[in-house]
Amino acid sequence: MPRSTLAATRRSGAPTAGPGLNLPGRRSISPAYAFLLPGLAVFTLVMIVPTVQAFAISLTEWSVAPGRPSLFVGAQNYLTAVGDPVFWIALQNSGVYVVATVIPQMLLGLALAVALDRPLRGRAGFRALIYIPVISSWVVVSLLFRYLFGTDGGAVNALLAEPVDWFGGRWSAMFVIVLLGLWKGVGWAMLIFLAALQSVPAELREAAAVDGAGRLRRFWVVTIPAIRRTIVFVSILLVIGGFNVFISVKLMTDGGPSDLTQVPLTYLYRQAFNFLDFGYGSAIAFVLTVLVFALSVTQLRFTRRDDEESAA
Amino acid sequence: MIETRSRGRAVLVARYLALTIASLASIGPLVYMVLVSLKRNAFVLRGPADLFEGEFTLDNYAQVWQEGDIAVGFANSVVVAVVTTFLTLLLASMMAYALARFEFPGRRIVLGLILVELMVPAIMLLIPQFLLARDLHLLDSRLGLVLFYVGGNLAFITFLLLGFFRGIPAELEDAMRVDGAGAWRRYVSLILPVSRPALATAAIFAFLGSWDEYVWALTIINDPAQRTLPVGIALLSGTHMTDWGLTFAASVIALVPVLIVFLVFQRQFVNGIISGALKS
Repeated sequence: MPRSTLAATRRSGAPTAGPGLNLPGRRSISPAYAFLLPGLAVFTLVMIVPTVQAFAISLTEWSVAPGRPSLFVGAQNYLTAVGDPVFWIALQNSGVYVVATVIPQMLLGLALAVALDRPLRGRAGFRALIYIPVISSWVVVSLLFRYLFGTDGGAVNALLAEPVDWFGGRWSAMFVIVLLGLWKGVGWAMLIFLAALQSVPAELREAAAVDGAGRLRRFWVVTIPAIRRTIVFVSILLVIGGFNVFISVKLMTDGGPSDLTQVPLTYLYRQAFNFLDFGYGSAIAFVLTVLVFALSVTQLRFTRRDDEESAA
Repeated sequence: MIETRSRGRAVLVARYLALTIASLASIGPLVYMVLVSLKRNAFVLRGPADLFEGEFTLDNYAQVWQEGDIAVGFANSVVVAVVTTFLTLLLASMMAYALARFEFPGRRIVLGLILVELMVPAIMLLIPQFLLARDLHLLDSRLGLVLFYVGGNLAFITFLLLGFFRGIPAELEDAMRVDGAGAWRRYVSLILPVSRPALATAAIFAFLGSWDEYVWALTIINDPAQRTLPVGIALLSGTHMTDWGLTFAASVIALVPVLIVFLVFQRQFVNGIISGALKS
């Protein structure tokens, strides 16, 4: 930080109130801006400006040559998407991917969190091992699964009586893509659920036990309602993550065979960076963003309604 | 009484069984990868049984490192991840300090923008960011990686630190101010030192995020001298006859730093994920 700014910030001491609460004070203005400015400048340049542009680009036939004006085409790119069978295949595949990964991830994650909830010898070790796929690079594990399910010496086919050309058909390839997503995601759901379970007051469960409720019933009547917010939160983030599936598909099938395993992101990437159709690529990106946002809002609505019902 | 005790034991056995199966399933594929990386001529492998024929060697590691691309990628990834982490922490902690401790016109707007960007998926920004990087002549440059990684991290890390800074008792800062300390000095010698745990969590996130990043690097980097490790590894397997021994040796090289960071800082790591998750 240059000396002049340093001196400027030192001149005015800022009055602060309790944590999170700030007293308004004219003298405090200048240091705050000095602290804010460098970060905000970067943030505005590389995040906010592109956010605003994202939609604008989707309304143009984007000119690749710099300096040449792009043609405003209105909704044309969106109409192209509606009439493009590959776009629909991509949407369908990502829908399948989301359903097939999110539900098992939640069930398995919750089950493992329950298994880890009470003290147990080796608990930290189990938790770390199950979490390792989450921190592994998508690139590495995508290549690994391509190898494991490959026809050239893949371990999976070696264990099967009849070798399968996993990446040769739409659904067998989607199966591997889903399996990877599931394998890589369970640990994350487990960790979040575990944190939620450990914040459930023990008295609640004990009270239910005194009332004669068995384990299963206690889990259903006490634990599940207590962590319901976390369940919704995990489901929202997993759905968002599922629609953003990209690297695994790109590196395992690259959308093939013949575009049958495209997902929206691989397809928009191809449109934008192989065919240089930035307008069409942006339209697909925008449709996906709106879709995911609408789904998240719907999921949130579900909790709200539950809250009102249980309050009534 | 006896009945409940034996049922308790059955539950314990079930817990161990489930956790053991899940642990094996989690690391099994990765262990298999390490074993393949230790085999010469991995292309003759016909399955797990062949793994234990012949000896294990580090030849693939030596070869993939000496061929150069992976060593260059490793160096680039280290530089990019370290610079990204440092700048992210500096800029985000300054922003978080301003937002946590000062009232000023525009504060709500800045908070709102941060929340919006937390919800915008990265992929929606890919095309406009690419065009921006092109116009700034940042294609094929590590600076182009760092600038956009830092920008992409700022919303989340600022948010994370903001929560922590708000919890620092105001009395500490007031005492310093009475002694005549200005805002910059309070930030450097009070806020940053007491926030070390939160900064460690933030650093881990920023570091691992850029270490593993693939999509942006794939999009803006063509020059082999500027490539990062994930791009280099993906290219190793892109050829028709992939040498999986080499590919997996490079993959292990990329994974080891991540595993070390994870195992050493497990507590900060777990806390960060949970606080990040539960706050948003």
